[in-house]
Amino acid sequence: MPTEILMPALSPTMEEGTLAKWVKNVGDEVAPGDVIAEIETDKATMEVEAVDEGRIGKILVEAGTEGVKVNAPIAILLAEGESESDIGKSGGSAGGEPKVATKTDDEPVAHSGDQARSAATVTPLEERRVPAEGKTHPDPEDPVGDFAQEIPEGTEMVSTTVREALRDAMAEEMRRDQAVFVMGEEVAEYQGAYKITQGLLDEFGARRVVDTPITEHGFAGLGVGAAFGGLRPIVEFMTFNFAMQAIDQIINSAAKTLYMAGGQMGCPIVFRGPNGAAARVAAQHSQDYAAWYSHIPGLKVVQPYSAADAKGLLKSAIRDPNPVIFLENEILYGQSFDVPKLDDWTVPIGKARVHRKGSDVTIVSFGIGMTYAVKAAEELAGQGIDAEVIDLRTIRPMDMQTVLRSVKKTNRCVTVEEGFPQSSVGAHIASEIMVHAFDYLDAPVLKVAGKDVPMPYAANLEKLALPSVKDVIDAVKAVCYRD
Amino acid sequence: MAGRQSSASGGSAKSKRSKTVDTESGKEIVRTLEEFSAPKPADFSNDDELRAYRDMLLIRRFEEKAGQLYGMGFIGGFCHLYIGQEAVVVGMQMAMKDGDQVITGYRDHGHMLATGMEARGVMAELTGRRSGYSKGKGGSMHMFSKEKKFYGGHGIVGAQVPIGTGLAFANRYNDQDSVAITYFGDGAANQGQVYESFNMASLWKLPVIYVIENNRYAMGTSVARASAETDFSHRGLSFKIPGIQIDGMDVRAVKAAGDMAAEHCRSGEGPIILEMMTYRYRGHSMSDPAKYRTRDEVQKMRSESDPIEQVKKRLLENHGMSEDEVKEIDKEVREIVADSADFAQNDPEPDPSELWTDIYADEIPQVAE
Repeated sequence: MPTEILMPALSPTMEEGTLAKWVKNVGDEVAPGDVIAEIETDKATMEVEAVDEGRIGKILVEAGTEGVKVNAPIAILLAEGESESDIGKSGGSAGGEPKVATKTDDEPVAHSGDQARSAATVTPLEERRVPAEGKTHPDPEDPVGDFAQEIPEGTEMVSTTVREALRDAMAEEMRRDQAVFVMGEEVAEYQGAYKITQGLLDEFGARRVVDTPITEHGFAGLGVGAAFGGLRPIVEFMTFNFAMQAIDQIINSAAKTLYMAGGQMGCPIVFRGPNGAAARVAAQHSQDYAAWYSHIPGLKVVQPYSAADAKGLLKSAIRDPNPVIFLENEILYGQSFDVPKLDDWTVPIGKARVHRKGSDVTIVSFGIGMTYAVKAAEELAGQGIDAEVIDLRTIRPMDMQTVLRSVKKTNRCVTVEEGFPQSSVGAHIASEIMVHAFDYLDAPVLKVAGKDVPMPYAANLEKLALPSVKDVIDAVKAVCYRD
Repeated sequence: MAGRQSSASGGSAKSKRSKTVDTESGKEIVRTLEEFSAPKPADFSNDDELRAYRDMLLIRRFEEKAGQLYGMGFIGGFCHLYIGQEAVVVGMQMAMKDGDQVITGYRDHGHMLATGMEARGVMAELTGRRSGYSKGKGGSMHMFSKEKKFYGGHGIVGAQVPIGTGLAFANRYNDQDSVAITYFGDGAANQGQVYESFNMASLWKLPVIYVIENNRYAMGTSVARASAETDFSHRGLSFKIPGIQIDGMDVRAVKAAGDMAAEHCRSGEGPIILEMMTYRYRGHSMSDPAKYRTRDEVQKMRSESDPIEQVKKRLLENHGMSEDEVKEIDKEVREIVADSADFAQNDPEPDPSELWTDIYADEIPQVAE
């Protein structure tokens, strides 16, 4: 059966082109790969190669013809034993029906959640309009909230620094699972640049506690490969500022592989290290990356404040089947908190914690931001404002349920973080509250964030660039309409 | 077509510390590079030749068909064809053992077929359909098969090199004697992360074979225009990684080099670089008109060095096969490819719900009400 040779496309967007030249003529034998013609568009010229073997039986479009539609037959190819007289007999086209990429029958449907809801019920504008004057908000669904204790009643508590808690978490997980190892700069013999890996080399040896050269891009990628190969790497960045060198491996290789592989294989890995401003180390060493990483589907992003959460969350992160960004803070490393003395203390990723119950305003923070939030809440209590403080603990997936439950009770919200204000974690929270609890709000959500400047070195300027307890108090008073 | 294949025959993986004298300064230069020479092309049995012919032809025909489907609008985006380079991946595959891993960049269809991945699954991924290896969510540059130890399919030039090194790290960590074969091109060879990987691989003696597929052009830029050192087998010099140049158009030469390199890795000697002198007949991607080289250059390579024709000639002349017997193989390969194309055009697109799957490996709480 003679085969039709079709006009090819140079690109997915090409619709027509010029058949510039025939390289083969009627009667010529062609083999797969032989150039048979040249086509061109305004952008490029391309050779058309034969896919099947045979003899050119007929040329349907003469050289020099412009505006030849993609997939239009341009010649007829005769197979062995066929002749010109066969042309016209039910010609199959080369490689199937000349159709463009098909669509499935399903119209694109709105997926679950927000879009479906917004598309579904449309009430007339008049009914939806709520008068600003004398407006009342709906009753809170759950004013008390679920304060279920994570720590069992009667558990012994041990005062522990965040530094020790992180080390204990790694050690426990390395004892539990042989596939867990830690790598990074100075993690082994030096015992950790910030002493987080202290003692691990002694207990686990150089095979599992691996000093790397200063080569962030390289060892981040190597860690991804080790995870593909079945290991459970903990990759320590001396600080997350240096992870910028490795950002491609974190985003493109670690975060996206599960999706790109159709679920076949993913990347269980923990990238951890100190994040955010330390003290007097200026712009290149003082950045909070919470908002950056929280932008990426496929990553989980954790930023603990207390030692108990640091330990419980790091253990969960190491066991998690996904890439987890674990953001620590140098200033918090030396601070002590009560940590439950339990054989296997874990904290679920994706769950916020109500740090302080209150009724007048919700302060949402995470990581070192909590230090401002907690102090502000104490001072505010003395001034008659009862603040509820929520520690997000995980930035992605974010526990908005806990935030919304609180805001529906207090009707006011202030977010606190050290990162830059634009596209910040607070900006995301404010937007979610606006969408999901608009009618409950008595004031705009206010963000307290780092100032919109690179971190300066001078002590006084550095202090100005960071958020302060006063900033939080001022913001809370503003949303409470108090002087 | 080996550029400067070593003249030494027999090949050895023994390290030699060579001393030369700089003629101008008269100073003695001690080269720390362990000098290796390319082994003689492997002796192929009839079965070896048949396997090489069939596997290379499958890649060639598959890629031609992919090119055609692209032209018809069935395949979108980028589509980088492997035509001309078949001997590299097929020869290396013949040197591999079960358990060895493969990772490469975006010109990956040939590597997938060589590792034994199904033509249907690869083609259906190219057309973005639900039975593709990545359920239609990865496309030409992003496919994986844990079963066949194929770890992608990476779209960022050079990113596969540290990842392949990490696979080798896992092999060492688990005391397995598997080797991670890490392919990249002459273009990727100028990425910084390649050298970060070289350093760690050599420092820790990781079992990784770096196969540099030198097809002479990084998209449209020739090696000479992009590389200060154009001999990529010497790119490991500062890291004490030996390297050899191989005629990448001769599948027997590739197989012999692959054997030698694998033995080097398995014996705990660490990484090795194989620079495969090869050539791609087609443009960098489907939308590349390839104006940066002459038609004569391409034609000469095709007519004089074609890897498949070389094997075909030996099958006919040295192994007593008839034209008809060879045509039987052609027909069988053509049927596999035609079947994969047919399948890939008729397989349904992914269900819209697939948009929201495989983002996380576990259930994560959805955004609140």
